[in-house]
Amino acid sequence: MESFRGQALSWELKHGVVELALHRVPCNEIGSLTLEELEEFVQALDGFEGEAHALIIYSEIKAGFCAGADLRELYRRSQEMGRQDAAQGVRDYLERIHRVLTAIDASPLTTIAAVHGVTFGGGFELALVCDLIIADKMARFCFPELRLGLIPGFGGIPRLKRDLGNAVVRDLLLTGRSFNATKLQQVGLVSQVVAEGEALRIARATATQLGKFDRRTAIAAKKFIKPIPYEELRQEIDVFCELFVQPAVEAGLRRFAESEDAQPYLP
Amino acid sequence: MTIEAVDLPIDWGETMTAQKETLEEVLNLAASHFKVPRAKLAPDDDFFKTLGIDSLQALDLLTRLENHFRIELPDYELQGVSDFRTLAERIQARL
Repeated sequence: MESFRGQALSWELKHGVVELALHRVPCNEIGSLTLEELEEFVQALDGFEGEAHALIIYSEIKAGFCAGADLRELYRRSQEMGRQDAAQGVRDYLERIHRVLTAIDASPLTTIAAVHGVTFGGGFELALVCDLIIADKMARFCFPELRLGLIPGFGGIPRLKRDLGNAVVRDLLLTGRSFNATKLQQVGLVSQVVAEGEALRIARATATQLGKFDRRTAIAAKKFIKPIPYEELRQEIDVFCELFVQPAVEAGLRRFAESEDAQPYLP
Repeated sequence: MTIEAVDLPIDWGETMTAQKETLEEVLNLAASHFKVPRAKLAPDDDFFKTLGIDSLQALDLLTRLENHFRIELPDYELQGVSDFRTLAERIQARL
């Protein structure tokens, strides 16, 4: 399917570049709807291999790229189920998310996350599966999970370890503080920092550049350079699920769900 | 208690001037970005209420301040901070 317009996201193939646009208000929170549409997307992604050389993921929402998991939906669903069913439900959800993100991570297309604004939690993890992150200067990155008694569960820890020095990973995860784009470029995670509102345009220019090179060479190089940390990804799911059933997490999720603020767990 | 001039750090005057300048820059930036008349902002105002912003917009302001002053300002440094004067002091501590 060359194009698709869903409720949470859309995609289109244009001039050899697949563009995946996120557009679920308020800030592309990843809940069941977004997950279903992402699953459709990765099925379609296989079919683009012969026709496309790059994938750009970006957001049409002004507030930012993606604020992470839909915690309000997660809390509501966990309350509707018994404890054991909720634990299994979370594991099933994580495994589905992991399948989607690993498919993008391992895609033969060269992938670019064009980010702006809030890029938190699962949103940061979505950016991390891409080969390049192009961020506008207002992008802000954070793993706030520790504030909820959790760790990142969408593969963030193994992918951070793949890309960064351990000291920076510790800073990000243990302080839960947010970093601006300039800082993440300084530590080597963000490829380019651009003017406000320019990330998508520059991602498109970068994708055009990528199209000049032999596809087989680019595919072989990417496979060689970018290992997928399968074992650690599996371990991350296990640790997340063990933590999820702790009382502190339920309390943290309840506070989040009951707050009317957009980002109630900051600062 | 009387403070003698000799008790003050040598650069006391410069420090106070720098702090006032930083505060003024913060107020100007906030007024300009959130399109509020500068005259309506006072140093001890609650910026959430005066600017009418939520936590997402506060993050936006934080990023603009970091970019403007070329500093890093961890969000936990802003725990409990809601007035411009204290915000400027936190920024000054990073310059």
